[in-house]
Amino acid sequence: MDLTTDYMGLALRNPLIASASPLSWTVEGVQRVADAGVGAVVLYSLFEEQVRRDAAENARLIEAGSESFAESLSYFPDVAEDEPGPRHYLSVLERAVAAVEIPVLGSLNGVTPGGWVDFARQMQDAGAAAIELNIYYLPGDTRISGREVEDRHVEVLRSVKEAVSVPVAVKLGPHFSSTGAMAMRLDEAGADALVLFNRFLQPDIDPETLSVVPQIGLSHPSEARLPRTWIALLYGRVRADLAATTGVEGPDDVGKYLLAGADVVMTASALLRHGPEYAAVLLDGLSDWMGRKGFENVAAARGKLAVPAEADGADYERAGYVGALRAANMSDYASWKA
Amino acid sequence: MRVTVDGNEATASVAYRLSEVCCIYPITPSSPMAEFADEWASHKRVNLWGGVPTVVEMQSEGGAAGALHGALQSGALATTFTASQGLLLMIPNMYKIAGELTPAVLHVAARSLAAQGLSIFGDHADVMAVRQTGFAILASASVQEAHDLALVAHASTLVTRVPFLHFFDGFRTSHELNTIEILTDEDIAAVVSDELIQAHRGRALSPEHPFIRGTAQNPDVYFQARETVNPFYAAVPDAVEDAMARVAGRTGRQYHIVDYSGHPEAERVIVIMGSGGETAKETVAALVASGERVGVVQIRLFRPFPAEALAAALPATVRRVAVLDRTKEPGSMGEPLYLDTVAALSEAAAKGVRQAMPEVFGGRYGLSSKEFTPGMVRGVFDELSADQPRRGFTVGINDDVSGTSISWDPTFDIEPAETVRSIFFGLGSDGTVGANKNTIKILGDEEGLNAQGYFVYDSKKSGSQTVSHLRFGPKPIRAPYLVSQASFIGCHQYGLLDRADVLGPAAPGATLLLNCPYPPDEVWDSFSRPVQEQIIAKGIDLYVIDASRIARDVGLAGRTNVILQTCFFAISGVLPRDVAIDRIKMAVAKTYGRRGTEVVEKNQAAVDRALEGMHRVEVPGKVTATRELPRVVPDGVPEFVRTVTAEMMAGRGEALPVSALPVDGTYPSGTAAYEKRNISEFIARWEPETCIQCGNCSFVCPHSVIRSRQYDKSHLKGAPDGFRSARLDAVGLPDARYTLQVYIEDCTGCGLCVEACPVETPGDPVRKAINLTERVPLVAAERENIAFFQTLPATDRSRVDFGTVRGTQFLEPLFEFSGACEGCGETPYVKLLSQLFGDRLMVANATGCSSIYGGNLPTTPWTKDADGRGPAWSNSLFEDNAEFGLGFRVAADTHAGLARRRLLELRDALGPELVDDILSAPQQRESELRAQRERLAELKRRLDGVDGTVAEDLRSVVDFLVRRSIWIVGGDGWAYDIGSGGLDHVLSSGRNVNVLVLDTEVYSNTGGQMSKATPLGAVAKFATSGKTVVSKDLALQAISYGSVYVARVAMGADPQQTLTAFREAEAYDGPSLVLAYCHCISHGIAMRDGLDQQYRAVESGYWPLVRYDPVVRAAGGNPFMLDSTRPRIPLGDYTNRELRYRSLQNTDPVEAERLHGLGEQQVLRQWDVYEEMATRGAQRFAADARKEQ
Repeated sequence: MDLTTDYMGLALRNPLIASASPLSWTVEGVQRVADAGVGAVVLYSLFEEQVRRDAAENARLIEAGSESFAESLSYFPDVAEDEPGPRHYLSVLERAVAAVEIPVLGSLNGVTPGGWVDFARQMQDAGAAAIELNIYYLPGDTRISGREVEDRHVEVLRSVKEAVSVPVAVKLGPHFSSTGAMAMRLDEAGADALVLFNRFLQPDIDPETLSVVPQIGLSHPSEARLPRTWIALLYGRVRADLAATTGVEGPDDVGKYLLAGADVVMTASALLRHGPEYAAVLLDGLSDWMGRKGFENVAAARGKLAVPAEADGADYERAGYVGALRAANMSDYASWKA
Repeated sequence: MRVTVDGNEATASVAYRLSEVCCIYPITPSSPMAEFADEWASHKRVNLWGGVPTVVEMQSEGGAAGALHGALQSGALATTFTASQGLLLMIPNMYKIAGELTPAVLHVAARSLAAQGLSIFGDHADVMAVRQTGFAILASASVQEAHDLALVAHASTLVTRVPFLHFFDGFRTSHELNTIEILTDEDIAAVVSDELIQAHRGRALSPEHPFIRGTAQNPDVYFQARETVNPFYAAVPDAVEDAMARVAGRTGRQYHIVDYSGHPEAERVIVIMGSGGETAKETVAALVASGERVGVVQIRLFRPFPAEALAAALPATVRRVAVLDRTKEPGSMGEPLYLDTVAALSEAAAKGVRQAMPEVFGGRYGLSSKEFTPGMVRGVFDELSADQPRRGFTVGINDDVSGTSISWDPTFDIEPAETVRSIFFGLGSDGTVGANKNTIKILGDEEGLNAQGYFVYDSKKSGSQTVSHLRFGPKPIRAPYLVSQASFIGCHQYGLLDRADVLGPAAPGATLLLNCPYPPDEVWDSFSRPVQEQIIAKGIDLYVIDASRIARDVGLAGRTNVILQTCFFAISGVLPRDVAIDRIKMAVAKTYGRRGTEVVEKNQAAVDRALEGMHRVEVPGKVTATRELPRVVPDGVPEFVRTVTAEMMAGRGEALPVSALPVDGTYPSGTAAYEKRNISEFIARWEPETCIQCGNCSFVCPHSVIRSRQYDKSHLKGAPDGFRSARLDAVGLPDARYTLQVYIEDCTGCGLCVEACPVETPGDPVRKAINLTERVPLVAAERENIAFFQTLPATDRSRVDFGTVRGTQFLEPLFEFSGACEGCGETPYVKLLSQLFGDRLMVANATGCSSIYGGNLPTTPWTKDADGRGPAWSNSLFEDNAEFGLGFRVAADTHAGLARRRLLELRDALGPELVDDILSAPQQRESELRAQRERLAELKRRLDGVDGTVAEDLRSVVDFLVRRSIWIVGGDGWAYDIGSGGLDHVLSSGRNVNVLVLDTEVYSNTGGQMSKATPLGAVAKFATSGKTVVSKDLALQAISYGSVYVARVAMGADPQQTLTAFREAEAYDGPSLVLAYCHCISHGIAMRDGLDQQYRAVESGYWPLVRYDPVVRAAGGNPFMLDSTRPRIPLGDYTNRELRYRSLQNTDPVEAERLHGLGEQQVLRQWDVYEEMATRGAQRFAADARKEQ
């Protein structure tokens, strides 16, 4: 079975990509994921805000107690004052690139225009095969209009595209008034791929300690429907490649994404849940399924169930929606309990 | 090239470039030289020959000198940096290095020696103590000179083969920032001969051409051999002159081994060495200009003493000479420079070189950085004009005991009008000093401007005050004394107006910039009467700004430095305003650039906001205030505290006469209690309703501000309104009440108590039973509450459960309100010692943080109980503390033995029953100790009726019949490094001493240098690339003796285990070692998280809690008890929260990962060893082979 494919011009041995997750915090982790057979790895996200916060915190700790007592005018050697920039990230990236055969992509969550550009450039220099822009603004900010959010996405993409020569993907969230239009704008602005979708940080609350738990849950297959629908809609309508992420649990989920039109399928949850070696299970299952369905290669399956480019998307959606309603009305409630 | 650097950097810059090996050890004020060397090496900066010098930290200065000697004998160009006691520890090797005619240079930031008290400040006592070693001694008087003469020293030692000690005044020069011309590599290369370096290498030990050096010599030849070196010493003066000439040829800066300046026909001349010479020279110039025939001789080469040059330098017209020494040699005919001068001039006269011998008078000045000003110089000249000038005079103090002091005019001012003089008052925490250092660098970089800065810090590590003295001017600034007659005063903390004489040094018409919370139209009314008077009398131009609010607004809460710096530039006019603002912003970008854009942006915003927020205040024409300055100490304090301590506290210690001070360094206990520092805006407040009275908060409080008492409810009669009290949570005592009182004026707001509190308030679980709240609204009421609380009966110690944390809260701490860092990790242990054993405690305290917060004047925290008993505390040195404490023990044992012997001799006279009871009394439990004290009280009563020498003898030692608790306390720098040999020996002695190691894993007091306790992978000074060796397991080392009680404790992880270990250690009749994990500001943590980090250290398995009790082994049990659980969290969960580890992840991620991985392995390996030990049989541990003593 030929699983090879192409993503943003990168030749991949298969369409399964390990998306940004704690698995790629270390070089060993990246190696494990690569050994399990994935086609590429997206390194964990570099958060500019975290870098800046660390810098401020370190500066505060270095200053604490300094210039107060004649014998100890400082408590740290000069090197401790160095800006805690993304050096650790870049070092992992650089070593991961050297350690594995498959492409390693950098993932960047910036805050400032300068941060996006500088860090992206540094990732490229460190050997990133491509850069995934993990753009999201804190949904808690009620002052920013939808238009502003959209403009910022485009601005960030443009500036990074200007700064680097490697391909640039945009991982975007689903919460736009018109996700389709947003996707088109990003496509026009030069995105080499669109990654659908980002999952907003939705912290939990611990009622025992009465505290907010900054934890992100693993995704479930049911969550795949939204990105899958959008991929089906965008397939053939955008120049950019389409990457699916969220809700991949079994080989079927990979296949479903391909059918909808995804160029590549990303997963973190399944690998975290079952271990990186689970990638092999997904890939074996994908081969089996393709064999059973008579798909000789990935391209043969890709977009089979996408909305045909010539059809009107709204019609298709409405049709699907109407169909779903009808199904609901005709079934007894028992079928919904699952 | 011009740069603005301090004397340490100026010196290190040359020493580093001319060395292949630097053997280092930290000691104030020389540490920065070693730190620079280490840092440059870690940055791979190369020396003159393209190599990176090898920098090796040793375990002591003795070790550094030994390594230096070895490196030199092996042909390396080697150097070291030291001061004070450190230099003394090098003496044995100095004789060797000189005796073998080995080129070498020691750079010394000259500092006082510990005598009646330790002092970190500058004088020549240390240098004078090595003048006989055979080293040549070269003295620098300024930052520029320290730079230039460092080169002269390195060049001359190669020429002469005589090793050189190059020194400059500690702090005054070592820490003074000044604009200097820097020597280029070419300059240096032109002065140092490569050929001589080859010659040095050629003389090195080598198996290729072996010889023996370091023989033992006998009466037949030793003497002659000693005389062989004379020609080498004779050649030194010319060689040094030659090197000086070569430096002058390159730079135009001409020095001589002896320099005269002044009137060519001077009649009165001062001979002086070091930075005081600069003051004297400038003053002489001013006096000569006003027609006086005076002069000054600056000695640069002190050994070999340049007798001929001195005689030649002195004009023939000189009638009287004052030789000023910056040291004191009690019992001598005079101090060294004086004696040498007398000898030189008398020889000159004898030889006929000089026609007549002038009269020579010796005097002392400037000990321990005592100010030496132009007024004092003139005072000395005036004394020389007297009919009978005093011999052995002092200047700068009021000696009303021996009458040595001469008078001087403190207002005498010679500074040129074009020099801008400014003084800034601030707190250590507000960044004032950092901003001023920035200002100096900014202005020093300006073409045609020179800058100087000197900084004075107080003696506390928390809430400390700083005073910055800055000068700027078109000419190089040579004024090594504090600023007076300042034209600009910055007061960066409003509260300092009430505590310090902020306007005292202001010149008439000066500008005062005040950071204050009041708007411009209200600020005048907020001043006290004396401040208003000064403002009017001096015609002060007043500006105010609420910099603290602006700092909060821009996200820099508490850091007002850049804001006030901007105001200074805007008002002072040292640069055009626009240029100045531009320069500040550039400096901000440079200073904070490495710390991230966020920090830079906030500070840039602070600059802009400062200009908007500053207002000039119209000063009314008359005084309107009736408020006086607050009193320094309350009424009713002891006489000594009122007349001496309070004066020091108020910053008037300079004016105390000799008669006011104790003759032998003995000071009263407990003076910290008189100093209500009110340093924190937020303080702890107790909630009686929710408190479960567990005592955790009081146990962990580093400053002893949380006190508990239990009492009958009848005592509440007369309590102030608002006095908080709760029912005592104890069965069977329905009428008993409980109060937890916070001494809020002493609280530092560290928050450790809040972290330790286990309570959740129903409905508001974030709220504890003790919380931080604003101080100011509570002060008045709490003063009354505290006063009332102190009238409540103290809990009877014999009824306290010593075995529980809950019980110990009722034990009065006899260590209170120290000036340690807010949230200090050491002091809770120290306090616990004082609570458990305080009334019979003797503490030998190694030099370090604990000796500073424990014994730094003006006020000290060790105190006494209501019966007048309390810890007897002393600090000997850094290296000898274990031995010092052992001395306490053997003396106590000897005198206890004597007392027992005399008691038996007087058995019949004193009553056999009482005597037998005393001799056989158990003294473990508190009730037993109390019973013994009662017996001794009775014994003393009976002794009053007995005459004779035996009774007298008994009376003098009778107190030893109460068992003394001897504790040897110090940090890891002492225990693991410099005092390691002594500690090991004392632990092996079998004697009943208890050792408490306050283990911060770094030299905290000198600013965070690596010790052998520093963990693998942590970054510290001298381990800038991360420590690559695991820390020493002192516990296992001690356990191997079999006779030592050993414990590893961490209060934040298990306070009960800490308590148990302290009590077992004390009860054990033999040596005990308690290793206490102490979180520290040098770990790079928010101090409030300190206890949490202790917990993580234990939970991760990094710091297992153990106890080893030989008593258990003797009883057949396993003496090794592992008190903590298997590692339950990853090591990273502990280490990633500390900057000392995180720092390496940033600078060298690969190495950080490697060391972290090794660290994880080490934790598991250590755990395996400990776990195996915990399951062994008793017989597999060494037996305690001591016989009963």
